[in-house]
Amino acid sequence: MSDFIVPKLQKEKIIEYINQGKRLDGRDLGDYREIEIERNVSVNAESSVRVKIGKTEVFAGVKLGIIEPYPDSPDEGTFMTSAELHPMASEQYDIGKPGIESVELARVIDRGIRESGFIDFKKLCIKEGEKVWQVFLDIVAINDNGNLIDVAGLASLIALGSAKMPVYNEKEEKIEHELSNEPLPLNKEAMSFNITLHKINNSILLDVDKEEEAISNCRLSIAIGEANGKLRITAMQKGKEGVITEKDMENILNLVEDKWKEIFPKVKGYVFEEND
Amino acid sequence: MAKKESLYKKRSDGRKFDEIREIKVKVGIVPSADGSAMFQTGKTQAIAVVRGPRTFHPQHMQNPEKGMLRVNYGMMPFSVWDRIRPGPSRRSEEISKVSEWALSSVVDLSGFPNAVVDVFIQIPQADAGTRVAGLNAAAMALAHAGIPMKEMISAISVGKIDKTIVVDVNKEEEDFKEGEGSTDIPIAVTSRTGDIALLQLDGKISPEELKEAIKAGKEACKEILKIQTKALKDSSNGGSNE
Amino acid sequence: MDKEGRQIVVPGETIVKGNEFLPGDNVYRDGEEVVSKRFGIVEISEKHVRVIPVSGAYYPRRGNTIIGTVVDVTFNGWLIEFGGVQNAFLPVAEVPRYINKNELREYLDFGESVIVKVWDVKSRGVDVSMKMRGYGKLEGGLIISVNPNKVPRIIGKEGSMVKLIKSATRCEITVGQNGKVWISGNSVEEELATKKIIEFIVENATINGLTEKVEKYIKSLGMKSEIEIIEKNTGEDEQDG
Repeated sequence: MSDFIVPKLQKEKIIEYINQGKRLDGRDLGDYREIEIERNVSVNAESSVRVKIGKTEVFAGVKLGIIEPYPDSPDEGTFMTSAELHPMASEQYDIGKPGIESVELARVIDRGIRESGFIDFKKLCIKEGEKVWQVFLDIVAINDNGNLIDVAGLASLIALGSAKMPVYNEKEEKIEHELSNEPLPLNKEAMSFNITLHKINNSILLDVDKEEEAISNCRLSIAIGEANGKLRITAMQKGKEGVITEKDMENILNLVEDKWKEIFPKVKGYVFEEND
Repeated sequence: MAKKESLYKKRSDGRKFDEIREIKVKVGIVPSADGSAMFQTGKTQAIAVVRGPRTFHPQHMQNPEKGMLRVNYGMMPFSVWDRIRPGPSRRSEEISKVSEWALSSVVDLSGFPNAVVDVFIQIPQADAGTRVAGLNAAAMALAHAGIPMKEMISAISVGKIDKTIVVDVNKEEEDFKEGEGSTDIPIAVTSRTGDIALLQLDGKISPEELKEAIKAGKEACKEILKIQTKALKDSSNGGSNE
Repeated sequence: MDKEGRQIVVPGETIVKGNEFLPGDNVYRDGEEVVSKRFGIVEISEKHVRVIPVSGAYYPRRGNTIIGTVVDVTFNGWLIEFGGVQNAFLPVAEVPRYINKNELREYLDFGESVIVKVWDVKSRGVDVSMKMRGYGKLEGGLIISVNPNKVPRIIGKEGSMVKLIKSATRCEITVGQNGKVWISGNSVEEELATKKIIEFIVENATINGLTEKVEKYIKSLGMKSEIEIIEKNTGEDEQDG
């Protein structure tokens, strides 16, 4: 509808602060805003969650269905992600058509999860060539105050991590209206968490708010996981027209390496409910 | 209200016929919006977010006499057991429209020519009565957004389960199949004049039963109004509503 | 009634009964009753009844001071975005010096911010002026957005609250009626402290003894005000500004 305007003096001030390692809300460049998690927001879902980071808020839920497998993977379940970037979430989204942001968000999250091997697709096979489980991950954005990708990513992981399989009646070949105690088959060690960095001036920032996002001209989303106790990258997506120099890449990888040690255990805790 | 011949003598969840499910409300749940509110009855939860008044585009469709109200209602895919495909459906478009008509009857947008007030209603969890929960949330969100309104609006779903009139129908009651089955009557009433701003019906009913249903609905709406009013007043006491 | 004994009303609620009452802002007459049209606080002065909103967007009035940003430059002026429904128009004739039509962008360009005064409110938009003293282009600093209905609290009775903040943080502060506040100081710490204090005021705007609480909060940030607010009852009753 309208472009979000950041006044010139504001942009200059944000950059002035960034050069001193600070942001307008007092945070350091690598700090996240306050995180709020509410689980099980829908009793009708295999799992559901509401996640808020700062004022950016997202709902995510997992539902399961049964379908014929794809011909090239007859013994694997399927996975589909949808992301509604509702005009509810921001003045900048239009009613009706899902804009490119909506499509990109769904695809980035989908890829991160799919490529990491987090979901054990083989264990989702019911009858090879005939019946497999279909995993639906649905994301609804309520408010966009920056860094929607990471908030949606976290919500997605938490939803997947707490999902329970519905009861499957083998004799009648149908899904009962009830959940079992069996969790969605996951390879926990393969979990990948999405972290988006923005370049403003020559500094790299984490968890940008709406204003910072508007003035940054380059962002890089990285899906990070763990392999043998070390950091492993499973997906990447660069956005916006700015470029990443070699020095930028070095700074990015250093920041990610630093933050990974701090953030990854926390995320694992949220996803597998070890802490809240 | 249960007639001796009715097959529905006791409610599935033990409630009295004129009893509303447990209600949870909160105003200002999305502080970045102009107005917002949550309304929940039993397991049905609705979130309403208001953005506006703001300039309406495209310009050639603007109304130079007064502002427009636009309602967008949707259910989250995981709000019900049988997943709903994301995006608008004919049902959600119809509900958006009747909700828009209901709310338009109380708002006064004469001071905002060429502008639009957008009301977004989303349902994270559903157990029947979603459109009325949405309206109740929307009315609070509009007031919270400072939109001029002649009066408030409150809504409830009344049901005739076989021959029994009940208020705040749950999913089990909605699916009741014995005897005359379930007749679903969502109704919205204005707070001062007690006029009907939304009325839909799906089932079988006689004129006398309908009168009874409307009466029961209006009584229940008085209860709802008290709760909406309190939630709004509570939100301004020491609340930040930034 | 809220904590301070002020009457809060919702739309459709009867405020008073009686033909001697005169309906003012945000109320209407229904027979003998005067009814609220908005969610807000009742104010009755000499039979004049009005409702002051506690939340919602900013509606410009003539004489208001507002802070905005240039979003378009036309052949005869600038369009200013200030958070209202429409944008404001600043005609080229309403700036302090003569500008010829090729110089518009040089004088005031896209993205630059201004303090202007509202001199006319029409259905198609708002007309503003920058000619008077104290109005003009903003250089440096930062702009924060707050609930415009809380602006009177930030300003305080005869400006006492904003003076208190200025003396503690040594920052320049300009408050727009539209809920935009411009802050400019000599250091990041002072500017951030100012921002925090203003946000504290907005969050606690409805409570009693706000001034004392603000003074305490300023102290907790490690700052000190050189001004003592003598009247203990300030901060609660002024709704002007």
